[in-house]
Amino acid sequence: MLLGFLAVTAIAIVRLHNLFAVVMLGGIYSLISAGIFVELDAVDVAFTEAAVGAGISTIVLLGTLALTKETETTPKKIKPMPFLVVLVTGSALIYGTFDMPVLGDPTAPVHQHVAPRYIEASGREVGVPNIVTSVLASYRGYDTLGEVTVIFTAGIGVLMLLGGRRPRKAGEKAEAAKKKPARGAGGKSP
Amino acid sequence: MKHHRILRVAAKLLIPPILLFALYVQFHGDFGPGGGFQAGVIFAAAIILYALIFGVERARQVVPPSVALFLVAAGLLLYAGVGVASILLGGNYLDYSVLAHEQTHGQHIGILLIELGVGVTVAAVMITIFYGFAGRGS
Repeated sequence: MLLGFLAVTAIAIVRLHNLFAVVMLGGIYSLISAGIFVELDAVDVAFTEAAVGAGISTIVLLGTLALTKETETTPKKIKPMPFLVVLVTGSALIYGTFDMPVLGDPTAPVHQHVAPRYIEASGREVGVPNIVTSVLASYRGYDTLGEVTVIFTAGIGVLMLLGGRRPRKAGEKAEAAKKKPARGAGGKSP
Repeated sequence: MKHHRILRVAAKLLIPPILLFALYVQFHGDFGPGGGFQAGVIFAAAIILYALIFGVERARQVVPPSVALFLVAAGLLLYAGVGVASILLGGNYLDYSVLAHEQTHGQHIGILLIELGVGVTVAAVMITIFYGFAGRGS
């Protein structure tokens, strides 16, 4: 049911030319994905998807739209070669899913590796009721540090591309130059 | 959007509960769904809602871009600093058990601190990116 909605939204995104509607549908797509994650009992992931996908990224895309035009300019034609590549890749991926274990199968390899140890020992070793948190923050703390570093790098990257490059008037420029020592790392970007 | 009275009143009512909910998600992540990532995004969403309704300039007064930039690095440093602290106390990197006399107590402190670091960095990055986009139009 939800996957059907997801497919309909995806097709609508491809067909539409009005970018405002596309951004809105993108938010709806994320919200439906969050619903699917809830259905799969992955509430933490659903939480993130709803907040980031449906919330922040929609706002950022709208902010981008305000700077550009609201409709696509390039005409859409179906090119045969890319279409063929997509079709072959898609069929190969779907063929691959036939070998996967059934959803929720307790004998699936992913449930046999380290998961039982986490479930058994987490309460004794970490003492946090939410096992997702104890895996994320404690057992896999180094991975999470890497994720935060990725977000940090992304923020710095966007800042170098967009921040501080605003065309300023002469008066503002002098003021900004005065402020610069206090701004710390912000001085790097221009 | 200064003339949309209904939006302004609704936003005024909504923003404090959103901020409170972000803090709840942040510090209740040990017990229920949520944690630093989600809390950071929700906190940033409240600030962005404020900026959308009352204007980016007023939001810049609430959270100055320089402060946001400082917090981007501070959250990550807090996370990495917890790792260094656990080395200095005689454990492995990011081994929180040595942070207190008891193992689970140390883990609790460690998880609380690193989730705080995650939340601070995520919120600050989201606000910084929003400022980057919103500042170019005007």
